[in-house]
Amino acid sequence: MILEQIKSDAEAAVPGCRLQIIQNGSPSAQDSLLIDNQHAVAVATLLRDHPDYLLDYCSNATGLDWLDAETSQKVKAPKVIDGVEQEIEEVQKTLIPGYLEAVYHLYSMTSKHGPVILRLRTTNRTDAVHLPSLTPVWRSAEFQEREIFDLYGIVFDGHPDLRRILMWDGFTDYPMRKDYVEPDDYEYEPTAHDDVLKKARTHISPES
Amino acid sequence: MDQHLRIELSKQGILTTTLQDLYNWGRKSSVWPMTFGLACCAIEMIATTMARYDLARFGAEVFRASPRQADLMIISGTITKKMAPQVVRLYNQMPEPKYVIAMGACAISGGPFKQGYNVLKGIDRYIPVDVHIPGCPPRPEALIHAFMTLQKKIEEQHLTGADRPRHLNPAEPSEFLVPGCGEHDLEPPYNPEVWPIFKVIGQ
Repeated sequence: MILEQIKSDAEAAVPGCRLQIIQNGSPSAQDSLLIDNQHAVAVATLLRDHPDYLLDYCSNATGLDWLDAETSQKVKAPKVIDGVEQEIEEVQKTLIPGYLEAVYHLYSMTSKHGPVILRLRTTNRTDAVHLPSLTPVWRSAEFQEREIFDLYGIVFDGHPDLRRILMWDGFTDYPMRKDYVEPDDYEYEPTAHDDVLKKARTHISPES
Repeated sequence: MDQHLRIELSKQGILTTTLQDLYNWGRKSSVWPMTFGLACCAIEMIATTMARYDLARFGAEVFRASPRQADLMIISGTITKKMAPQVVRLYNQMPEPKYVIAMGACAISGGPFKQGYNVLKGIDRYIPVDVHIPGCPPRPEALIHAFMTLQKKIEEQHLTGADRPRHLNPAEPSEFLVPGCGEHDLEPPYNPEVWPIFKVIGQ
């Protein structure tokens, strides 16, 4: 598997970097490589320049929003009830805090192979949303990182020109985040149904 | 003038007309659209002007690249909220008399992007529209039909009286509010002077 080779090569070449292979269980089986933020640029440069990989083309950069998730696990725990020790099943809940993610799809035009998928994760979704920009490594990431910044709110440190690209400059929301609330312009809905009907009803005054 | 007398006179080789007919005929026969396309509907609009459909038959072959020289704005395509202020500003820059054809599902209502965060739900929220064409995109025949509908509308206008067109009534506005880009949405989300909220029947 090429990702394991990349992982060992990168860990040898970039001291201190932490890489993790994220398995993809779907039929596409496109596993990806999670890189820590401090060494992302160094690892990316290695992937671009290493003669075995030569990943000289970043075809796509996109964003992901992961909300806070809760996993529940059934655990058998001994408990004393009425003086008798019993094993009782307990549900343990663990909270996985949410984060934002940037995903890069890399190909090699020279060696004709790919894709290798990189992931970068922010610490959380609210205040620590900084990631290192990979635009200095792959120029084609520039507009796509701007788009991620526009729609997800990930701030790319080291980006040459980080501005909104699709929405206007005064816009303050991040529309592709899962908790985004869209503006309420449901004044006129001639064929409203379901959720749209609920939103349209708030605009209909009772006397009309 | 009496219709029968006019027909009788024309049989004798005397052509009569009224100022109103002449004025309306002149306007309807040389409606100059603006060179202005927003999305895929613009491709159909371009096809309409080309040899096969030939919008020039209706006196509209001159697409003017400046709003100052145009009479007709064909809103051909999706109006994003980022683009809406510019569309209204271009309309304001056109001299009277001026007309608007809203072409396609997006221009009349937002179309498939109606519930999106970035698309205006119809340009008639900000400027008065003369003819709406449904379709995604409408065929060139539909645009020609809209154009003929507009010509008929111009032809039937009265120069005097309460129902006279906007450009002959000094009390009617010629320029409309340009929406601002707010923090979450356009401000205001619609112009209440242009777009009265319709009553939805049956709710």
